[in-house]
Amino acid sequence: MNDNQNTPLLEVRNLVVNFYTRGGVVQASRGVSFQVGHGQTLGIVGESGSGKSVAVQAVMGLISNPGRIEGGDIFFMGQSLLDPAGRKFVRKVRGKDIAMIFQDPMTSLNPVFTIGTQITEVLRHHLGMNRDQARKRAMDLLGLVDINAPEKRLKQYPYEMSGGMRQRVMIAMALACEPRLIIADEPTTALDVTIQAQILELLADLQQRLAVSVILITHDLGVVAQLCHRVAVMYAGRIVEVGDADQVFASPVHPYTKGLIRATPRLDVVTERMVSIDGVPPDLISPPQGCAFSPRCDQAENACLRPQTLTPLGDDRHVSCWCAIKGDTR
Amino acid sequence: MGRFIYRRLIHGLIVIFGVTIIVFVVTRMVGDPVQVMLPLESTLEQRAAFEKKLGLDRPIYIQFGEFLGNIARLDFGESLWQKRPAMDIVFEKLPMTILLTAVGIGFACVAAIPLGIIAALRPGGMVDRVTVFGSLLGLSVPQFWLGLLFIVLFAVQFKILPTSGAATPAHIIMPALTMGLPTLARLVMLVRSSMIDELNQQYVKTSFAKGLPFVRVVGLHALRNAGLPVMTLVGWEVIRSLAGYSVVVETVFAWPGIGLTAIQAIERDDLILIQAIVFTAAVCVVAINIAMDFIYKLIDPRLKLT
Repeated sequence: MNDNQNTPLLEVRNLVVNFYTRGGVVQASRGVSFQVGHGQTLGIVGESGSGKSVAVQAVMGLISNPGRIEGGDIFFMGQSLLDPAGRKFVRKVRGKDIAMIFQDPMTSLNPVFTIGTQITEVLRHHLGMNRDQARKRAMDLLGLVDINAPEKRLKQYPYEMSGGMRQRVMIAMALACEPRLIIADEPTTALDVTIQAQILELLADLQQRLAVSVILITHDLGVVAQLCHRVAVMYAGRIVEVGDADQVFASPVHPYTKGLIRATPRLDVVTERMVSIDGVPPDLISPPQGCAFSPRCDQAENACLRPQTLTPLGDDRHVSCWCAIKGDTR
Repeated sequence: MGRFIYRRLIHGLIVIFGVTIIVFVVTRMVGDPVQVMLPLESTLEQRAAFEKKLGLDRPIYIQFGEFLGNIARLDFGESLWQKRPAMDIVFEKLPMTILLTAVGIGFACVAAIPLGIIAALRPGGMVDRVTVFGSLLGLSVPQFWLGLLFIVLFAVQFKILPTSGAATPAHIIMPALTMGLPTLARLVMLVRSSMIDELNQQYVKTSFAKGLPFVRVVGLHALRNAGLPVMTLVGWEVIRSLAGYSVVVETVFAWPGIGLTAIQAIERDDLILIQAIVFTAAVCVVAINIAMDFIYKLIDPRLKLT
């Protein structure tokens, strides 16, 4: 296995995921590529249905009927997760080297098992710990995510805990086997605002202390600006712009990124009403030809109907927009 | 916990008391027991003597008080048909019915849970469609007919199983199957639909993301959550088998249990024995209900025992 600093920790190449529904084939992921370096935090933003979750679920091997991975490849530490050898490999790394935190802590924990059982089963399965070792480690983990009285907490059931507390438990569970990559799929969407801030702070702190790589999926651009090194903007099953987070926010290139940033409410600017992007996201059963954003884009021209690819723009910046590459919108 | 047991026992006693009143009223007020029990040609003197023997000549409230007192000592009097204490007969026959129910329902559970899970893993798949079709068939077949079909098939045609009675262990196979198959049909549908619900829950996704083995996710995480509705049905099926289906199945196979005895007691107008059987059935139902509440709590810690 290739595991030096030059290979990215995770590389997704041209990932195609289709869902075979009654209404037709939903092309949820239409050739998504991104990389996550060691110790790096990648933010993936985009509106609901843009394929953010599908892309990371493919990494976890969680795409199930009626969804199918039908193209591209995923490399973790240089090893493909999709070839025959990778299928075995993914069983070993899932939950151990790659861990996932989900959106809704209220439903993500099993209601009929104690917190202790749910944390220790990961340790016992992946690290072969015995009961006592696992229990001790679980208590340490709860301490790590700032849960007090861990001994008492281990015996509690999820229904005895608040949402913020449960999300901390989810994070503790994700950290159990000292993963190299944590995928957080909208970890704060279901929490109220003060708890959101606490959880994000915790994530940022842990990311730095443990030097773990993080993929943070969100539709909150503020969160990305705060926590992420790099950001990928997704639209209609494709990445339309990717680059250094500060740069993307300072000078967005793709019209969709610009629209998203404009639509983010700001405290320091007084606006009459919320800004939004006109139109609705395309139907992924029959996505538009060429640039999927073109029907909503005020700069669209005939050339936009041609297939678009992510094109380097310097400074590790890639964008998939015909007009932007021409260089007149920057 | 102590408070829970205490309250449930009180509830149970109230139910049993209610059943006792109904039994008392039905046997004493609907028709004349003496007329039913004595031959048509008996003399008035004989009738009066019999009435006195049963205590029917005294005021009704005294009769009821005495009836309750006797029940407290589990003494219903002598069976008119077998001329020995009715409770002795019940205690002799009840274990046979419990055995039959246990084997029948046990078989249904052992078959229904894996079948339901496999069907739920791929809704609309081959196994699923065969299972659903099979259980619809099982639901539509009347139990007595199923029993007769088994007799014709396995006892008469192939001659591999005994027709009736309870002489050898092989004797239990056909009655237990007859008892268990309709239960299996109902149970498999419920296991299937509960598991489909549970497998779509977010915690199942979490469990897979934790890298847990498939068998553990499905067979432990999801199944335990699906357990509550399934156990409710199992409890209900046990009650219905003990206090209902046993009458049909035991009659078809001449299985010497409480159901067959009940039918025989009714045919012989043995009101004493009928009272004892109805009372015992009520106690069984109450006991099973209390046991089910404990099992619920074991499956789902969120439930509060009150």
